[in-house]
Amino acid sequence: MDILYNILVDPFVQMGSAPDFFLQVLWSGFVAGTLYSLIALGFVLIFKASGVFNFAQGIMVVFAALTLVGLYQAGVPAWGALILTIGAMYVLAWLVERIVLRNLVNQEEIILFMATIGLNYFLIGFGEYVFGGEPKPMIAAELGLPTGSTTFEPFGGIVIIEHLDVAAVIMAIVLVTALAIFFNKTRIGRALRAVADDHQAALSVGISLNQIWVIVWFAAGIVALATGIMWGAKSDVSFALQIVALKALPVLIIGGFTSIPGAIIGGLVIGFGEKLFEIYWGGLLGSGVEGWFAYVIALIFLLFRPQGLFGEKIIERI
Amino acid sequence: MFYREVGQFKTNYTADSQVFPILQDKIGIIAMLVIAYVIIPMAGNDFFITTVMIPFLVFTLATIGLNILVGYTGQLSLGTGAFMGVGAYSCYKLTTIFPDVNIIIMVLLSGFFAAGVGILFGLPSLRIKGFYLAVTTLAAQFFLEWAFIRIPWLYNYNASGAIEVPQRESFGVILTGAAAQPVTRYLVVLSIVLFMTWIASNIIRGRIGRSWMMIRDMDIAAELMGVRPLYAKLSAFAVSSFYCGVAGAMFVFFWLGAAEVESFDINHSFLFLFMAIIGGLGSLIGCYMGAAFIWILPIIIRALPEALGLDVNAATVEHINFMMIGGMIIFFLIVEPHGLARLWQIAKEKLRTWPFPYS
Repeated sequence: MDILYNILVDPFVQMGSAPDFFLQVLWSGFVAGTLYSLIALGFVLIFKASGVFNFAQGIMVVFAALTLVGLYQAGVPAWGALILTIGAMYVLAWLVERIVLRNLVNQEEIILFMATIGLNYFLIGFGEYVFGGEPKPMIAAELGLPTGSTTFEPFGGIVIIEHLDVAAVIMAIVLVTALAIFFNKTRIGRALRAVADDHQAALSVGISLNQIWVIVWFAAGIVALATGIMWGAKSDVSFALQIVALKALPVLIIGGFTSIPGAIIGGLVIGFGEKLFEIYWGGLLGSGVEGWFAYVIALIFLLFRPQGLFGEKIIERI
Repeated sequence: MFYREVGQFKTNYTADSQVFPILQDKIGIIAMLVIAYVIIPMAGNDFFITTVMIPFLVFTLATIGLNILVGYTGQLSLGTGAFMGVGAYSCYKLTTIFPDVNIIIMVLLSGFFAAGVGILFGLPSLRIKGFYLAVTTLAAQFFLEWAFIRIPWLYNYNASGAIEVPQRESFGVILTGAAAQPVTRYLVVLSIVLFMTWIASNIIRGRIGRSWMMIRDMDIAAELMGVRPLYAKLSAFAVSSFYCGVAGAMFVFFWLGAAEVESFDINHSFLFLFMAIIGGLGSLIGCYMGAAFIWILPIIIRALPEALGLDVNAATVEHINFMMIGGMIIFFLIVEPHGLARLWQIAKEKLRTWPFPYS
C-alpha cells in the first residue's frame, strides 16, 4: 500500500502543496521540450526529403556551436562569426552531398544510416582536432541574446523565468513557422515535398535531387546552429551534447518521422514528462531516471501506435 | 587454379552438407587453427596477446551476436553494449554466489541471463521494425546502463561501483584475476569463441537460421509461408543476446579484469555495429574480419607516429583515429556495402580462375 500511495497519491500532494515549484518544473520541462523539438526538427527535415535517418544531427549541433565559438575566440566579431558559421554549414552540406549521398543513391536505408554514423565519427574527430575537446562557453551575450531573469510570485511562491529560455522558445517558434512557410509556399519547398514523395517521379519532372539534398542538409545545418546556440547558452558547448541529441529519437517516435508538428508535440511531451517524472517520481527509483525515461515512454508509445502520433499510416504489401 | 573444387565429388548427403566442403578450405582452416593454437601462444609476447588477440576474439563474439540479429534477422539493434553488460554483471554475481563452480561454466551460464533480458527488450520487435526498433534498443541501452549504476546489489555494494574479477582456478590452472597468465586467458577465450562460432554456423544453416533469414528478406511473405514471427524474432533476440552476454562476461573476466558501466556504454554498441557492417552483414567470417579491422587499425595508427619517429601528441592521434574510422566506414559503404566478407568472396572467385580468367 505504501508503494501505491507513493506512486499514485504522494506526488500529486506535493504538486498541490507547492504550486510555485510545480510551475517552475513545468516551465523547465517546456524549455527542455522546445530544445528537443529543435533537434528533432533537423532529423525530420532530412528524413522527409531524402529518407536518410541522419544520425549525425547531434554532432552537427555541436559542430555548428563549436565553429561559432571557435571563430569568435579567434578574433572574429560575433555577427561575423555567425555568418561564417552559416557558410561553414553550407560547405558541410555540400560536401556531405558530394562525397557521401551522391555515391550512395539507391542503397538500402540501413546503409545510408550507417554512413551518417560514419559521418558522426568523422565530425567528432574533426571537431576535436580543430577546436579541442574541452567545453567552451557560448557567446550568448555577444550575440545579443538576453541573459537576465524575471521573478514572478504566484501563489505566494517564487517562479524564476530566465530570459534566455524565453528567447529559446521564441526562436523555436520562429524557426518552425519559417520552415512551415518554406515547405508549403515556396517553389523549393514544393520540390522538397515532391522528392520526399517519390524520388524517381521528382527526377522525371526535372527536379535536381543533388541540389535538393544540399538545400535540405543546409536547412538542417541552420536548425542545428540555432539549437547549438540555445543549448550552448544553457550549458557549455561540449561533445556531451550529442548524447542529449540522441533524445530526439524518442521525440521522433512519438511524433512520427515525417511530421514537423509531430516533432514539436513529441518534444514537448518528452520535455514535460521527463522533468515531472524526475522530480516527483524519480526519488522512488533512485535519481537519474532522466537518462532513460524518454526512451521507455517512446517504447510504450510504439506498442500502441507503431507509426507515431502524426506519422503516415504504414501500409505493407508483398 | 589454387582454389578449385574440380574433382572433389560428393557421394553422400553428409559430405554435401559439411561446413567446409572444399579441400582447400579444410587445409586453410587447419592452418589457421595451428597458427591460433600453437604459433601465437609460442611466438607472441604478452603485449600482443593481451592488447590485440584477446579483445579481438571477444569483440568477434559480440559481433557474431549482433550479426545474428542485424545481418541474419534484419532487426537493427543499438543495445549490444548493454546486453554485454548484462552478461558481465550476471557472471560476476554468479561467481560470487557460487565461488566453487568452474568459471567457464559461469561465463556460459551468464549468457542465459542476457538472453532473458534480450527477449524482454525484443518484444517490441513483434510490432515494429527498422529505425523504430533501433530506438527501443536504445531504451534497453540507457535503461540497463542506469540499472548497472543504481542497483548496488549488482556490484556487491563496492564503494567504487566497479566489478572486480576474483581469482578463479580450474584443474589447478589460474584462469581469471590478476595472477592469470595472458596465454592461459587467450587459449580459454579462443576455445570458447571458436566453439560458439561453430554452434552459430550450424544454427544459421538449420531450420531456425533459415526462418531468421526469411524474416529478414520479407517478413510478411515469411509469415504467409508458415514462419511464426513470434518465435523467429524472439529466438533471434535470445541467441543474439546470449552471444553478446558471453562476450561481455569474457570481456571483463578474461580481458579487463575490472569494469565499470563505461565499458558497456553506447559507444561500444556502435563499435560492434561498425564491426558487423565493415565485416559484412550476414556473414560469420565477416565478423572476424570486421573485428580485426576495427580493432587492429587504431592500434597501428597509434603505433605509427612513434615508428616513423614523428612527435605527435596522444590526443591528436586519438582525433585522427576517430576521423579515420568515420572516413573508412563511409569509404567502405560506398565501395563495397557488403563488407570485407564480400571482398573475400571476390578474391576466392579470382583465385579459382587465375591465371586463365576466361577458362
